[in-house]
Amino acid sequence: SSFICANYLKIELYEMGWNLKDGLRDCLVAAAPYGGPIALLKAHNRRSPSARPQLEIFSSSGLPLASFPWKSGMVKQLGWTVSDDLLCVQEDGTVLVYDLLGGFKRHFSMGNEVSQSQVLETKIFHSPYGTGVAILTGALRFTLATNIDDIKLRRLPEVPGLQGAPSCWAVLTQDRQSKVLVASGPHLFILDNTACTPVTPPGLSPQASSIVHMCVSFSYKYLALLTDSGHVWMGTSNLKEKLSEVDTKIKGSPKQMAWCRRPKSQQPSAVVMWDGLLLVVGECKETIQYHLEDDSILVPELDGVRIISGTHHELLQEVPGACEEIFKIASMAPGALLLEAHKEYEKESQKADEYLREIKEQSLLSEAVRQCVEAAGHEHEPETQKTLLRAASFGKCFLSNFPPEQFVSMCKDLRVLNAVRDYTVGIPLSHTQFKQMTLQVLIDRLVYRKLYLLAIEVCRYLKTPEYQGVSRVLKHWACYKVQQKEESDEVIAKAVSVKLADAAGISYSEIATKAYESGRTELAIKLLEFEPRSGEQVPLLLKMKKSPLALSKAIESGDTDLVYTVVMYLKNELNRGDFFMMLRNQPVALSLYKQFCKHQEQETLKDLFNQDDDHEELGNFYVKASYKEQRLEARIAHLQSAVDEYYKAKNEFSAKTTEDEMRLLRFQRKLEEEKDEQLVGFSLQDTMTTLLSVGLHKHAEQLYKDFRMPDKRFWWLKLKALAEKEDWEELEKFSKSKKSPIGYLPFVEVCIKHHNKCEARKYVAKVSPEQKVKAHLAVGDVEGAAEAAIERRNESEISTVLSRCSATTDHLLVERLNRAKATVPKK
Amino acid sequence: MASHLFCGRVNLNILREAARKDLREFLDKCSGSKEHEVEKMFTLKGGRIPSAAVKNIVFFVRPRLELMDIIAENVASEDKLHPRDFHILFVPRRSLLCEQRLKEKGVLNSFTNIDEYILDLIPYDGDLLSMESESSFRECYLESDQTSLYHAAKGLMTLQALYGTIPQIFGKGECARHVANMMLRMKREFAGSHTQILPVFDTLLLLDRNVDLLTPLATQLTYEGLIDEIFSITNGYVKLPPEKFAQKKQGEGGKDLPTEPKKLQLNSAEELYAEIRDKNFNAVGAALSKKAKVISAAFEERHNAKTVGEIKQFVSQLPHMQAARSSLANHTSIAELIKDITTSEDFFDSLTVEQEFMTGVDTDKVSTYIEDCVAQKDPLIKILRLVCMQSVCNNGLKQKVLDFYKREILQTYGYKHILTLKNLEKVGLLKPQSTMRNNYPTIRKTLKLWMEDTNEQNPNDISYVYSGYAPLSVRLTQVLARPGWRSIEEVLKMLPGPHFEERQQVPTGLHKKRQPGENRTTLVFFLGGVTYAEIAALRFLSNMEDSGTEYIIATTKLINGTSWIKSLMDSPEENLP
Repeated sequence: SSFICANYLKIELYEMGWNLKDGLRDCLVAAAPYGGPIALLKAHNRRSPSARPQLEIFSSSGLPLASFPWKSGMVKQLGWTVSDDLLCVQEDGTVLVYDLLGGFKRHFSMGNEVSQSQVLETKIFHSPYGTGVAILTGALRFTLATNIDDIKLRRLPEVPGLQGAPSCWAVLTQDRQSKVLVASGPHLFILDNTACTPVTPPGLSPQASSIVHMCVSFSYKYLALLTDSGHVWMGTSNLKEKLSEVDTKIKGSPKQMAWCRRPKSQQPSAVVMWDGLLLVVGECKETIQYHLEDDSILVPELDGVRIISGTHHELLQEVPGACEEIFKIASMAPGALLLEAHKEYEKESQKADEYLREIKEQSLLSEAVRQCVEAAGHEHEPETQKTLLRAASFGKCFLSNFPPEQFVSMCKDLRVLNAVRDYTVGIPLSHTQFKQMTLQVLIDRLVYRKLYLLAIEVCRYLKTPEYQGVSRVLKHWACYKVQQKEESDEVIAKAVSVKLADAAGISYSEIATKAYESGRTELAIKLLEFEPRSGEQVPLLLKMKKSPLALSKAIESGDTDLVYTVVMYLKNELNRGDFFMMLRNQPVALSLYKQFCKHQEQETLKDLFNQDDDHEELGNFYVKASYKEQRLEARIAHLQSAVDEYYKAKNEFSAKTTEDEMRLLRFQRKLEEEKDEQLVGFSLQDTMTTLLSVGLHKHAEQLYKDFRMPDKRFWWLKLKALAEKEDWEELEKFSKSKKSPIGYLPFVEVCIKHHNKCEARKYVAKVSPEQKVKAHLAVGDVEGAAEAAIERRNESEISTVLSRCSATTDHLLVERLNRAKATVPKK
Repeated sequence: MASHLFCGRVNLNILREAARKDLREFLDKCSGSKEHEVEKMFTLKGGRIPSAAVKNIVFFVRPRLELMDIIAENVASEDKLHPRDFHILFVPRRSLLCEQRLKEKGVLNSFTNIDEYILDLIPYDGDLLSMESESSFRECYLESDQTSLYHAAKGLMTLQALYGTIPQIFGKGECARHVANMMLRMKREFAGSHTQILPVFDTLLLLDRNVDLLTPLATQLTYEGLIDEIFSITNGYVKLPPEKFAQKKQGEGGKDLPTEPKKLQLNSAEELYAEIRDKNFNAVGAALSKKAKVISAAFEERHNAKTVGEIKQFVSQLPHMQAARSSLANHTSIAELIKDITTSEDFFDSLTVEQEFMTGVDTDKVSTYIEDCVAQKDPLIKILRLVCMQSVCNNGLKQKVLDFYKREILQTYGYKHILTLKNLEKVGLLKPQSTMRNNYPTIRKTLKLWMEDTNEQNPNDISYVYSGYAPLSVRLTQVLARPGWRSIEEVLKMLPGPHFEERQQVPTGLHKKRQPGENRTTLVFFLGGVTYAEIAALRFLSNMEDSGTEYIIATTKLINGTSWIKSLMDSPEENLP
């Protein structure tokens, strides 16, 4: 082959801390990716009830996390979710979920069809939507759930011609959909929601007559197939492209096969495991062989494969580029030279300078530093990490403006990684995996293991914002703490409050919810007191049936929507009397509820006013109601109720006015019937205007007296109405009926408004001296106005008249006015 | 587009951008893509939504129950053959009560997305934020519903998240106290989750509208105030009668009179408007003619442009000059429209009465002018404004006088207004005189609410905005800045509600180091509404030489006496056949 073969390296992660008598033989084993926990079920297919199998959970270093006898049905498969929960798939399709410390969380079923025809095979897979479960039933049909947190079961179409269990199958994720790839003898099918499509991998060796094993890469991008002829075909999982094909020269069904490829690596490579033999196949014709002493399992990772046996835990991976460059024998790569230079420097040898020069001459020093930092990240041995980092640090001294971030963050990352890789913790994360999983998730993992202290130290060390880091861990700790039955409420509440006192952004309501769920209502209430967000307290208080407290907390929050929510809840929960009573003690809630009723439940509103003996509001209520009525009698009845209420409220004015209103309505109705004139609903003023305009003077007069209308307004009203009708005769009569309370200027002005100068003049003489000028001007009598103004010796009036004179025609008048103006004594 | 938001000292565009980002994110979510062309916008009303060839319909609503009923009707009458995706965006926040209502109506599951669009304070101008919550005053003082105050507090928290913690909070009034309490509580709730920003605002002043009931009742006499009083400005736009805006083009004989009202946007992005909006109207004429001269001089420049370079220079300025000229033409027309009204006898008489009330003349007896206006059946709101003003300026009316006015109003305008009158009494705009003595004169004198020698052209005091009356609210603001409220303790006690001061901890390192001569920035929040004249007065204070303080204004709603009184009215519809 023209390709350069990649180097592979197998390193030991742990010597296992467990003590397994028979190794992994006859065990159902599942190890979670990202260095997660390992679950073991010994003798799982023993059906006798007397010998219950034991389910055990270990850390990656083999330290026990949990162990309990399996009491449920027969388990076909174990697997881990993305959040380190253990899934146990039973023969009947029931899936039991446990946390990694063996606590039972819940169970769910994969459907009737599965439980009837039983589980034949199961695969647990991870998709962008979460963790999924795929099942092959005894009826040779596939059932799929792509996300166990939101179960939507999908039964896939039938595979044509399938007689017995397929030789192998796998779950792929393509186009945002989970599909199943099935090999049935020489045929390969893709099953999606709707169809079963036959597919052919491009360039598959013709010697093959059937596919005996297959595996999908960690990223779901690549697929490897093993044929009965011993060929491993590697290509993209959409089966569009072949990357390589290698003859293993071994015919026989393997125990397991897995991809072993680091991200961005150019080379495809898979690992195939038979009894006692491990084979790495890549692009080269040559394969790499490892001998296995013990029964082992392969755990595919993002950047390699972990191999777990009864005694050892190893990592097999392609040697990272940077490490290869540096540690290759006689390497002249910049990183290698820098490492060399630093070694010499430590020895105080001048060779250090020679090496450095060599790098600097090629201007590769920054590249060298980067290589060393990167390589350090890939190393598991702290000593090697240190050597590389020291070399990098040494190289950095000779560089100006070299950005320090990469170096600093690598040092920090490695410190954290070394801490979690420690035997006692047992999370053998690689740096690549750590970056992929993010710190947030690592913190979660530590919290799941109840390693609170370590989690907090990591947060503090990496200076994670408090509410994402320390506070979150403390919250988890508190949630765990409140479930400890042996301690008293007081002790726990105190412990929680002391520990969490200074932590920002703690959600006490979440902790309280946990306490409540563990049956400790009193503790929950105590804890809720610490919650600064009163809004958060409310839902739990309601759940715990502490409604008065919930109501006052809602009010405290100022969030009226929340108050409404509680009020509506109480309305449904309590009987009406108790409900009203509770509102009565909470004025804010009461007025909000009244608002609600005003728009939604008028009758309730009335009851509320009645309860409070609020007669004033009851009166208003009836007034409002009266306007909704279409029948006069009904309206008057409401108004009468209003009057009664207003009297009870000792609001004489409102009562009297409402009585007036009733009187007016009755009058209007009567007149409507008699005179066929539309009046009902008019104001008193408009009623009278109408009456006057149709000549019903007597009736108008009657209203004027009955309603004790002020003279002034009546005069204005009649004046305008008569002018409107142009009933000048009647107007004159009216003007003489008695002394006008509004004077006579309005008469002049109203006549002018109706373009009757002649009538207007009649009233000018009667106008009071103060308004004479205005009156004369209104009828256009400038001379008269001038006379009046001069007589009154009023400067501003003279000016007004002057402004109305025309300089040419009123020449003499202007002169007179000016003269008069000059004699007006100045104030 | 939003250039008017940049001109103030505080860049309110940050707030606008934050709000835009939220909206875009929601629309991304609805359409499932980055492209969200808004095809059509409809006003919410019952029945079926008018057809439009779209896939997604977003309801953009206030969380009010009555609106939920309309939405439910819309959704229920949707064409089943061509279903579209529905989304709700509650402004400013979700409401369980509303969602419950949608559930009861059986439509809750028809919505693909239900979310909230946290838009409490809308940037209105470079120095102005409004919640646009028109019923806020009514809800707070009449209905004891403090929902809008909760939104106000939330809005202030958003503001602090963007512009830093405001170290000092002052306030006067019950609502102010409530908002401050909620803010302090929310601050505790959010502890730790806020990134730290150097404070932009030094002080927040929360003012209840009911501390100063007088100001909105008075007729505003600034240019902008009068535009609002006469034509009412809505959402930054005004609709004007079209006659004065006919296109007068040279060479065209007959001019076509447009029939559609002329709609103009009014904000400080328009240079001329920014210059004259806050002037007393009597000074606007002079300003306009000065501007006219400047513009025509600029156009004359073309004769001096000789070289190609000069001509190029001239041409490059042309668009700006033409914009200035059309702006000038618009404002000249508006000023003419206003002048027609301000020079009328009616306007003069009513202003005279207002000023008499404000100076305390004859406030204890029935006003002949009001009586005449009722007899003439002038608009009810005008009457109510005057009567309320008299009551406020007299610290309540004698029972006899009050009853007289009420009877006059009910007989003339209809008994149904009894509820409106009760509302006005409830909020304190109308009240019978108590045994306490009238303290308005003391307040007026101490705070110098009336200034005899107001200079309208070149003002030296805020009283120019009402030609003599200095708005109480703004005086309180002014005194707070210098010499401080301690000097007016007595008056503060006479005004309703508590006055208080709170301090918020600002982390060390975020304390502002003021440069010598650098102004303080105060955010004045009017709970229950603010008038344009008050804003003008605050702007005047900001611009005053060595005032030492610049003001940013926030409010629940921009109001004037008419819109304010209207919001308090309760006049049932006539239902009799």
